[in-house]
Amino acid sequence: MSGFLGVIRRELRLALSGGGEVLTLVLFFIIVGAIVPFAVGPDRDLLARIAPGIIWIAAFLAMLLGLDRLFRPDRDDGTLALYRLADMSMVSVVAAKVIAHWLTAALPLILASPFLAMILAMDGPSFWRTLVSLLLGTPALAAFGGFGAAVTVAIRRGGLLAPILIAPLCVPVLIFGVGAISPLGGPDQASSAMLFLAALSLMALALTPFAAALAIDWGEE
Amino acid sequence: MSMDDTTKMSWWNRLAHPGQFLIWTRPLVWPLAAVTAVLGALGLWFAFFNSPADYQMGDTVRIMYVHVPTAWLSQFVYAAMAVSALGTLVWRHPLADVSMKAAAPLGAAFTAMALFTGSMWGRPTWGTFWEWDGRMTSTLILLFIYLGIVALWRAFDDQLRAARVVAVFTLVGAVNVPIIKFSVDWWSTLHQPASVFRADGPTMPGSLLTPLFIMFFAFTLLFVTLQLVSMHTEIRRRRLVTLERRAAREGAA
Repeated sequence: MSGFLGVIRRELRLALSGGGEVLTLVLFFIIVGAIVPFAVGPDRDLLARIAPGIIWIAAFLAMLLGLDRLFRPDRDDGTLALYRLADMSMVSVVAAKVIAHWLTAALPLILASPFLAMILAMDGPSFWRTLVSLLLGTPALAAFGGFGAAVTVAIRRGGLLAPILIAPLCVPVLIFGVGAISPLGGPDQASSAMLFLAALSLMALALTPFAAALAIDWGEE
Repeated sequence: MSMDDTTKMSWWNRLAHPGQFLIWTRPLVWPLAAVTAVLGALGLWFAFFNSPADYQMGDTVRIMYVHVPTAWLSQFVYAAMAVSALGTLVWRHPLADVSMKAAAPLGAAFTAMALFTGSMWGRPTWGTFWEWDGRMTSTLILLFIYLGIVALWRAFDDQLRAARVVAVFTLVGAVNVPIIKFSVDWWSTLHQPASVFRADGPTMPGSLLTPLFIMFFAFTLLFVTLQLVSMHTEIRRRRLVTLERRAAREGAA
């Protein structure tokens, strides 16, 4: 357990000290969200209607962007080899890294989302639903992202490959994430979408560390 | 271990050894290709000349005889790939790697064909090439997964390492495909529900079912034939790489 917490602590310290990567990611999130009105026009009604989708897409892209720093730096400087030799299983290393990835790449985005909600003309209730759906759904994105990064870590030019592999797997998260905010069939559907989203996150968090650890172990052999 | 075991290999070992596999399956390729061709020709003859046009859709219903078999194969090939992935992960079966690698582009091709024929069919009947309906969308996502797997294969230099990593990804994809399908169905649905395999029997008349089943077997056999041929190609390609490495090593020494 101390090793698990140690990995999380190390990841957090690296992310917070390493030249403001977290801020860059938040900036990317804000800019992607803010650039959509230039493409679709400044109509407030339209923006308010598509705002949940814009925020989810911006968060999705920002989290994909942060994937490459999840395992690759550790592989390049040999830390990953040390983890494999260490006294803790690769599964818990991966789980710790996924949690740290969520804390450094998803939580800041959620904290910054009120700003996007404001400039995209969202009303109060749908903003709160957006916040809850992001909180429930981003763990699944982090878990799938960790798996994608693990699968491509052994490839030298793997930077673009992980998003391509992971994006199709993340479709259910986007569907239920946006479905929880702007339901097609009334509030009844919204709460079931929230539950599906929570179920996806729990399942992804519980299962993908095993697959990711397997991919790292066999990719490095 | 008796002497008998080493001279007479079991069918499992015969299948596992790439050279034995080549010898064992090479005579199968031409007969399979011939049966596929005959079935395909028969199915096409039925489809074009010996089946009625639909009273609503007219002649466009004949697209079904290509569309339904390719759509079935788009899922069947993934299942075959997932079984091969298990073979790679659990038994480290050397031919499971080869089978997995051969199936990925074939699956992508059949999925692309199902989408293409589907949109050709959708234009005259639904009035649009593309509709964001449940089945079409999940087939499109399946195509993306296939293409991702092909890209993953190509990104690795070392094929043994690639096989294990791709196998893990294939199995995670196999767990995800039903979830994607369910979520996309939840999201939107317009496509007609299943009408061949139903608990209360098919709702299609026999005149349409006969050519459909013939084409169904023709396409499935086409996949088996192509799979065998591309497995042979892959085995030879790997052997070539090994020989080249050996030659280079001897040249250097």
